[in-house]
Amino acid sequence: MTIHVKEPAPLDSARWIDVGTVAEIPRRGARRVTTPFGDIAVFRTGDGAVYALRDRCPHKNGPLSQGIVHGRSVTCPLHAWTIDLASGEPTGADAGKGCTASFPVKIADGRVLIASTARAEGD
Amino acid sequence: MTQRLVIIGNGMAGCRLAEEVIARDPGRYAITIFGAEPRVNYNRIMLSPVLAGEKRFEDIVINDAAWYADNGVTLHAGRAVTAIDPAARTVTAEGGLTVEYDRLVLANGSDPIRLPLPGADLTGVVTFRDLDDVEAMTAAADAGGAAVVIGGGLLGLEAAYGLARRGMKATVVHLMDVLMERQLDSAAGYLLTQALAERGVETLLSAESEAVVGQDGKVAGLKLKDGRTLPCSLLVMAVGIRPNAALARAAGLEVGRGVVVDDQMRTSDPAIFAVGECAEHRGVAYGLVAPIWDMCRTLAAVLTGDEAAAYEGSVLSTRLKVSGVDVFSAGEFAGGEGCEDVVFRDAGRGVYKRLVLRQGRLAGAVMFGDAVDGNWYFDLMRSGADVSEMRETLVFGQAITEGLRGLDPSSAVAAMADTAEICGCNGVCKGAITAAIGNGLTTIDGVRAVTKASASCGSCTPLVEQLLKLTLGDGFKADTGPKSVCKCTTHGHGIVRKRIVEEELKSMPAVMQALEWTTPDGCATCRPALNYYLVCAWPGEYADDKQSRFINERVHANIQKDGTYSVVPRMWGGITSPAELRAIADVADKFNIPTVKVTGGQRIDLLGVRKDDLPAVWADLNAAGMVSGHAYGKALRTVKTCVGSDWCRFGTQDSTGLGVRLEKFMWGAWSPAKVKLGVSGCPRNCAEATCKDIGVICVDSGYEIHVGGAAGLHIRGTEVLTRVDSEQAALWAICAVFQFYREDAWYGERIYKWMDRIGLEEIKAAVETPERRKALYDRFAAAQRFARTDPWAERVAGRHAEEFAPLARSMEIVPA
Ligand code: SRM
Ligand SMILES: Cc1cc2nc3c(=O)[nH]c(=O)nc-3n(C[C@H](O)[C@H](O)[C@H](O)COP(=O)(O)OP(=O)(O)OC[C@H]3O[C@@H](n4cnc5c(N)ncnc54)[C@H](O)[C@@H]3O)c2cc1C
Ligand code: SF4
Ligand code: FES
Repeated sequence: MTIHVKEPAPLDSARWIDVGTVAEIPRRGARRVTTPFGDIAVFRTGDGAVYALRDRCPHKNGPLSQGIVHGRSVTCPLHAWTIDLASGEPTGADAGKGCTASFPVKIADGRVLIASTARAEGD
Repeated sequence: MTQRLVIIGNGMAGCRLAEEVIARDPGRYAITIFGAEPRVNYNRIMLSPVLAGEKRFEDIVINDAAWYADNGVTLHAGRAVTAIDPAARTVTAEGGLTVEYDRLVLANGSDPIRLPLPGADLTGVVTFRDLDDVEAMTAAADAGGAAVVIGGGLLGLEAAYGLARRGMKATVVHLMDVLMERQLDSAAGYLLTQALAERGVETLLSAESEAVVGQDGKVAGLKLKDGRTLPCSLLVMAVGIRPNAALARAAGLEVGRGVVVDDQMRTSDPAIFAVGECAEHRGVAYGLVAPIWDMCRTLAAVLTGDEAAAYEGSVLSTRLKVSGVDVFSAGEFAGGEGCEDVVFRDAGRGVYKRLVLRQGRLAGAVMFGDAVDGNWYFDLMRSGADVSEMRETLVFGQAITEGLRGLDPSSAVAAMADTAEICGCNGVCKGAITAAIGNGLTTIDGVRAVTKASASCGSCTPLVEQLLKLTLGDGFKADTGPKSVCKCTTHGHGIVRKRIVEEELKSMPAVMQALEWTTPDGCATCRPALNYYLVCAWPGEYADDKQSRFINERVHANIQKDGTYSVVPRMWGGITSPAELRAIADVADKFNIPTVKVTGGQRIDLLGVRKDDLPAVWADLNAAGMVSGHAYGKALRTVKTCVGSDWCRFGTQDSTGLGVRLEKFMWGAWSPAKVKLGVSGCPRNCAEATCKDIGVICVDSGYEIHVGGAAGLHIRGTEVLTRVDSEQAALWAICAVFQFYREDAWYGERIYKWMDRIGLEEIKAAVETPERRKALYDRFAAAQRFARTDPWAERVAGRHAEEFAPLARSMEIVPA
């Protein structure tokens, strides 16, 4: 069944970079993509949705890729802030305290494509 | 003048289009239909019940021969069209028949995909698309034996169910880890797996097919990539469909995945149209009938002169046609940006419902076990209605929601009749509850105890609370039951542990369903707890869920503030050797490890190891005979010892030897919280045994076993548990108390806290009663057979290699 898919907003000048297959990311887990500017965390939820965030917690730069993924959130491994995977923003008690940059992601034929530049933080 | 309309395809779309055109303007066209199948049009989706023996072919015919005659439609059944000539406006069919058209419609559907496995052409390998396939399957089923279906989507499951109904042993092999993963989340997928098992269909998830095994030209089994071979005499491939676009491509029409059409269903040739599964509209090729009806309506309007008609795409819903299994899915069940979930579970009835809301509107729904409200939700979804007003009751369905609309929750409750049912699980009505409250109850717990309302799934607790408030006014005091595990559940740890064991719940989805979790997949608080409870209850049987472990336990090292890790190898009882020390020094040099520190637990910590280097670091430590020290785990940590009778002039027993023996027996065991042991050779207590979770003070007459010490957040001296006279008896007693703690404590609770809660006497009773002690010890020893494997060595050997390597390295992505 094809489910109505919302195309991520295209960004000016961004290109889609193929980083691997969806199947390589464990459900309720994450993998890292290393770049010269630091890691990107690529998450896959229990429902199979994929998100990409800069791998740095807005609190004290904890590597979010190492956290526990639940629902559409990840809990940071260092001090347990919970970050929304879609927006990069902390939720619950820590809402409003900063934001992690997020990258548009699209899936094509089982492959994960990440936009070459992040959405502006807080988008 | 009558125009000539030719339709290629005598299936769901082709015939529906003819019906729609005739209904609008009966005299306008002379209609000719070509069908590859040698029969009239039938309801393809009902082939599943035909396969299952629940319907006959006659029952599913839509347009019989008389219909074609009455409506002047010429049917060429059993004659596939082989070519289209757009310039001459003709089509040519098998046998050389050529027919002219003014308007041509492609409605030739799609073909099932055949996996290109070795052996795929053997007799007995079939797909599931038309009546011939059903007949091939029923013939095979009549011979009995086993059937394997590749593909755990709608079609594959209906095929497997049908074959099981016909007496075959049916197994579904699915590449993904969730059945119907495009329609269901893992909670619903789990329930579906169970329901199919009850109907004789076995499911193998995450299983990849490698080859079809044959014998004498016939299928004999399916070989999987993991080496297993599933014997079978029938193999059904139900892995997807491919739109039939070859005719269109050969005729020079624009083709993507399917035949590309615009909003009027027109192809790149203005006289040729396409509807149904062969068409691709706005980049989507559909595989269900609902969009086909919409397409046919639009095209019929266009063909009868309404050029303004437009098809704008469809939102889809799915229902599975397996008797007694109610499954419904629609929209974006996985949620997305800004979505929130409303989850309802009723373990008694095996119901799971999940609604996904976005900005006050319903964006998706998944239902299992009770899908009567599916269409209502689907309508709400398509109309984009604002549902924020009904949010509280939405998940209970249309009847309840509409019954209570416009009332605030308390007046809604006040307005309910005394006979209205409040607690569905236990069948308690409003009158019974208000009567009980009138008799002096003031708390939810009280109401639960007396009436049973809210005692099972707890979903009516808010209603019962409203009733208490209404009846008591200011006399109502909010509930203070045992603290729940987390916000995903109303249950406390004690109940969860008990029910896992009593009800033999052996997987995380099983626990979440039985205990009616209110989120689809738990949270970072409950998942690690449930994972531990399952590991402890079902050693060797439960498959550890690493995604539910905190990072340290997932990667077997401690995360540091900068994202690097620390590595602490075991030094049994604090004893090391020149060879071990040399290996540690070499590893530190080889991997540029910045800090090497002696810990407070009598061993050495290598701090600042890069994650990618962990397996290589462990490989070198393993080579020198060292294993994981579990410094990262809710597990047995260190066994601190003193030199004891081997060297010390005061030593009464071999404290070092006992410490080493204890650590070698107990290592690898997971526990509710970390556990540290200390063994001192005499009451001078140089190993600080009296501030450890479990301590031993050796004395002349034997061994004093202590429990409940701590020296971290709280400083606590131990209590004496028991005295024994041999080393063996000391080991028995210590393992028994450890196992009691493992089975009884709440996740995160260290031994001293557990002891505060249940009392030292309770622990003493367990350890000092010989039968109980022996039973505890035996269960521990049995569990340890699965626990004493070095997690580092497993990872050196390649287990979860993906955890340590990045998915990709990219020069192109630029963080903002
Ligand atoms: C390395 C070490 C400090 C050292 O350099 O000596 C240490 C390091 C940490 N301790 Fe500890 N503790 C260390 C001995 C202790 C001791 C002393 C002992 O074991 O004899 C204690 C007090 C005794 C006790 O446990 O009661 C101790 C009480 C704690 C506590 C408080 C626990 C409590 O329930 O009160 C924590 C926090 C926790 O576990 O939640 C903690 C947590 C930690 C963590 C795991 C913090 C964390 O979550 O990252 C530190 C990990 C650093 C790392 O990566 O290795 N550490 N920690 C010691 C490792 C011992 C070992 O060989 O395994
Ligand atoms: C077992 C089964 C169960 C299903 N259950 C459901 C369900 O529960 N819900 C749902 O929404 N959908 C279901 N579907 C899907 C649904 O049946 C299809 O979406 C629908 O039939 C597609 O209609 P169509 O007219 O495009 O194709 P078809 O119905 O396949 O019709 C195409 C016809 O064209 C003929 N044809 C092909 N090539 C040529 C040619 N060259 N010349 C002449 N004729 C040709 C074919 O023989 C066929 O008869 C099910 C499908 C199957 C197989
Ligand atoms: S006392 Fe333990 S937890 Fe605290 S900083 Fe030192 S090592 Fe870390
Ligand atoms: S760094 Fe993420 S919570 Fe502190």
